[in-house]
Amino acid sequence: MAAAAELTLLEKSLGLSKGNKYSAQGERQIPVLQTNNGPSLTGLTTIATHLVKQANKEYLLGSTAEEKAIVQQWLEYRVTRVDGQSTKEDLRTLLKDLNSYLEDKVYLTGHNFTLADILLYYGLHRFINDLIAWETLHRLPPASLKPHTHHRLPAIACPEPADHCALPSWVLALLCSLAL
Amino acid sequence: MRLFVSPGSPGSLPVLAAAGRARGRAELLISTVGPEECVVPFLARPKVPALQLDGGNYLFSTSAICRYFFLLSGWEQDDLTNQWLEWEATELQPVLSAALYYLVVQGKKGEDVLGPVRRALTHVDQSLSRQNSPFLTGETESLADIVLWGALYPLLQDPAYLPDELGALRSWFQTLSTQEPCQRAAETVLKQQGILALRPYLQKQPQPSPPEDKAVSNEPEEEELATLSEEEIAVAVTAWEKGLESLPPRRPQQNPVLPVAGERNVLITSALPYVNNVPHLGNIIGCVLSADVFARYSRLRQWNTLYLCGTDEYGTATETKAMEEGLTPQEICDKYHIIHADIYRWFNISFDIFGRTTTPQQTKITQDIFQRLLSRGFVLQDTVEQLRCERCARFLADRFVEGVCPFCGYEEARGDQCDKCGKLINAIELKKPQCKVCRSSPVVKSSQHLFLDLPKLEERLEEWLGKTLPGSDWTPNARFIIRSWLRDGLKPRCITRDLKWGTPVPLEGFEDKVFYVWFDATIGYLSITANYTDQWERWWKNPEQVDLYQFMAKDNVPFHGLVFPCSALGAEDNYTLVKHLIATEYLNYEDGKFSKSRGVGVFGDMAQDTGIPADIWRFYLLYIRPEGQDSAFSWTDMLLKNNSELLNNLGNFINRAGMFVSKFFGGCVPEMVLTSDDRRLLAHVTLELQHYHQLLEKARIRDALRSILTISRHGNQYIQVNEPWKRIKGDEADRQRAGTVTGMAVNVAALLSVMLQPYMPTVSASIQAQLQLPPPACSVLPTNFLCTLPAGHQIGTVSPLFQKLENDQIESLRQRFGGGQLEESLELKAKASPKPAAEETRKTAGPQEIQTLLEEVTKQGNLVRELKAQKADKNQVAAEVTKLLDLKKQLALAEGKPLETPKGKKKK
Repeated sequence: MAAAAELTLLEKSLGLSKGNKYSAQGERQIPVLQTNNGPSLTGLTTIATHLVKQANKEYLLGSTAEEKAIVQQWLEYRVTRVDGQSTKEDLRTLLKDLNSYLEDKVYLTGHNFTLADILLYYGLHRFINDLIAWETLHRLPPASLKPHTHHRLPAIACPEPADHCALPSWVLALLCSLAL
Repeated sequence: MRLFVSPGSPGSLPVLAAAGRARGRAELLISTVGPEECVVPFLARPKVPALQLDGGNYLFSTSAICRYFFLLSGWEQDDLTNQWLEWEATELQPVLSAALYYLVVQGKKGEDVLGPVRRALTHVDQSLSRQNSPFLTGETESLADIVLWGALYPLLQDPAYLPDELGALRSWFQTLSTQEPCQRAAETVLKQQGILALRPYLQKQPQPSPPEDKAVSNEPEEEELATLSEEEIAVAVTAWEKGLESLPPRRPQQNPVLPVAGERNVLITSALPYVNNVPHLGNIIGCVLSADVFARYSRLRQWNTLYLCGTDEYGTATETKAMEEGLTPQEICDKYHIIHADIYRWFNISFDIFGRTTTPQQTKITQDIFQRLLSRGFVLQDTVEQLRCERCARFLADRFVEGVCPFCGYEEARGDQCDKCGKLINAIELKKPQCKVCRSSPVVKSSQHLFLDLPKLEERLEEWLGKTLPGSDWTPNARFIIRSWLRDGLKPRCITRDLKWGTPVPLEGFEDKVFYVWFDATIGYLSITANYTDQWERWWKNPEQVDLYQFMAKDNVPFHGLVFPCSALGAEDNYTLVKHLIATEYLNYEDGKFSKSRGVGVFGDMAQDTGIPADIWRFYLLYIRPEGQDSAFSWTDMLLKNNSELLNNLGNFINRAGMFVSKFFGGCVPEMVLTSDDRRLLAHVTLELQHYHQLLEKARIRDALRSILTISRHGNQYIQVNEPWKRIKGDEADRQRAGTVTGMAVNVAALLSVMLQPYMPTVSASIQAQLQLPPPACSVLPTNFLCTLPAGHQIGTVSPLFQKLENDQIESLRQRFGGGQLEESLELKAKASPKPAAEETRKTAGPQEIQTLLEEVTKQGNLVRELKAQKADKNQVAAEVTKLLDLKKQLALAEGKPLETPKGKKKK
């Protein structure tokens, strides 16, 4: 998903009515937002953080110093690791790491749903669908699909806490087994 | 909370600085772990620094740890800081970690290290200078500064990697480096060992994947259409409408060209090619062709321009060549000077003067500069221990000695410089020296010589560089080379040689010595000008009014940027010194190097026999000009670029534009009624034209050529979208539209013909003839796109400009010039690392090898004669004769001569 589309989606889910226009910069197509007052902002996580503040939903950035740092850490992880992974081996390590991190957590900060969950979900979405398509193709034994409920993840829509946007461990376990 | 660090991990720098800056280190427990220890339980790979929080969670991102320390001290997050940190993680880190790996683990230096990060450094510098505040996010230093400082510190703490031209970055970096928390972090992490302290850690890391470097690719980049403001469009339209009238009057031609007060006076030199060798394509692009493009551009800007060059004729290599060919050195010079002049004429090089260095003026000016240096105490006299080959009965010039480098142990170091580590060597310091001619070991003998006292001149040089470099267009490699010379400290350099063929030394006791080319080759520019006009001093002793541009390959930088300026400053005669030193990297041939002796590569005199026009050669060489990094000549690429860029893009556009005028409008430019689409095209072309000017003003010749191709791509699209060939058959409005599009297109073609003039002068002239472009528009390139072919203008006969290159044609050329390409690449691989710096692109490699073979033949011949005289065993004689014949065969091959029939034997 192009960064601009992702940000538009985020705007909607944050309840921001007036859509912004984004341009893209350079070969990596980094999104740029021209703000009305002040200089332009460059970069997916920078703009996303800005939008959250605009929507007065600062709680999505974490409430304690610890949470804030963790949110920004996973946002960075999203743009460097998830977007930067190039080989299957990379993807495998990444999913394994995430899976073991989330083993004892509901969301990335622990108990609170944040922007980091949204963007990481968006970022992983394409792999998830790819992998599931791949799995269907290869008719993996159902044993590797732990909870048998969802074979295909819901399409990205408005992320509401406790709905479908967190990355429950089972998704990652599933992904890991597929990527291996 | 507990911070885990590992000795030498670069991430410790920002983390420790942030801890010190934001909260003091009191409550922080620091544990040191090995580089391969997995601290963070959920990460499969080791990652330090990492911070274990009191709640048990971990922060493993360097910036997040820094951010956390700042948050604890009450700092509030803001957009600008987030933007810098995101940029640091996504843009800076990939290139920076590659650069650090090259530097620390692989021991690379210079541009290899700086190249990948240059764009990022420039970005920081520009942001700092644009916002006009001392720190990244405002008036005080904050999180973004600490994170970036920490990331950059390992590299920038070595001044060699902190480019002078990035002044804002430099002062930002220095300010932060002196602050207490940063200073302490640096001491803790680098332990006063400098960059080497990072080695134990970085060695254990996987090599970062090399950052994608756009410049490596010869492919045209996807152009993004810039967004244009209404204002920009309006300005472009106004300029266009003024048309020919707004052209400045043409400069009257003067002869000789002399500086004019109040005008921009541009003096351009290209490195003097060494006379005893036919130049190859690498020599041509590095100097004369690059300088020619700039000279032609300079004239199109109506700057008062003088472009000079000539052959460098003195020295050992000429003497040797003369011996070889049985001529006097003067005869050799005469012969080869003509060969050079012919080649450059064929390539359409627009010298105002192409002179030579063996003239009385050279002697006069060199001796004058020497006398002034001598009387001011800048010349030392000393006894020199010199290598003398007793077998060849002569003192060995540096180039004729080879041995093991005393600094790095490289086995094929030359007598003056090591190709591997680049250090200068005194020939007698070489370990295991060998005479390159006869391979015997030379002995050390002493001889009196003169030295230029460079250490005494260093301060003046620094002062001059300090004034000249900022804001000048010296290429980064030239700045780097000079900076590293200065960092190592200057030493006295010997300026005399035990030779006959050179400028005599006007001093008692030195009658049988001459000046070394180190000292007098660059004085050639002055003497060549003096042979052109007796008012040469108006160019060369006029630093206030003259802008001196010097073009060369990077191996010539020390002579032009350091030795000559030192001589000139010491002579205290108000000499004009180089203002813009433009140095290229090396051009390789296919996958190897140019080599005369192996018959590999295309040499100046052969290019004309290929049937490919000079302009196509010019275009391709300029398209792959080694600007910023080495590049390679490739036959296949040449075919591709000719067929795609010249034929299908540029040629196609210009031809269509002209043909529409001829076919649909009887050769008469139609009325143009501009719509908003046309105005937009006009503004885009104007923007690209201005970009072209910006690049060429900085002598970024290769990049500016891309602007030309971009404009013609816009033009092709414009025609394709508007389909004038269909509209011409439609109703009145459609026909008018066809007219406007055709008129616009042919005007773009006219503009392209002028922009193309520096690159392809013959093609440019034929476009201008086909379009009957009014003469004033042919010789001036304004900064705006003007309507130079107004409605009603009658054009001439339009015909195709370029020919397709066919695969089999190119394949046969590749075979003809390829030589033992495969063998050579195998040989290169066999030598493996380290790759010797492009020796073959130096001027005198070919003759040296021939000379070596020649000496071996003579030696072997003597041996055979001796054996025969001693009436030695027949089998032994026969074996030696076979060796002799073999050597003769190699020599003939190397010289490209037909094989001689062995004499003697056949008589029997």
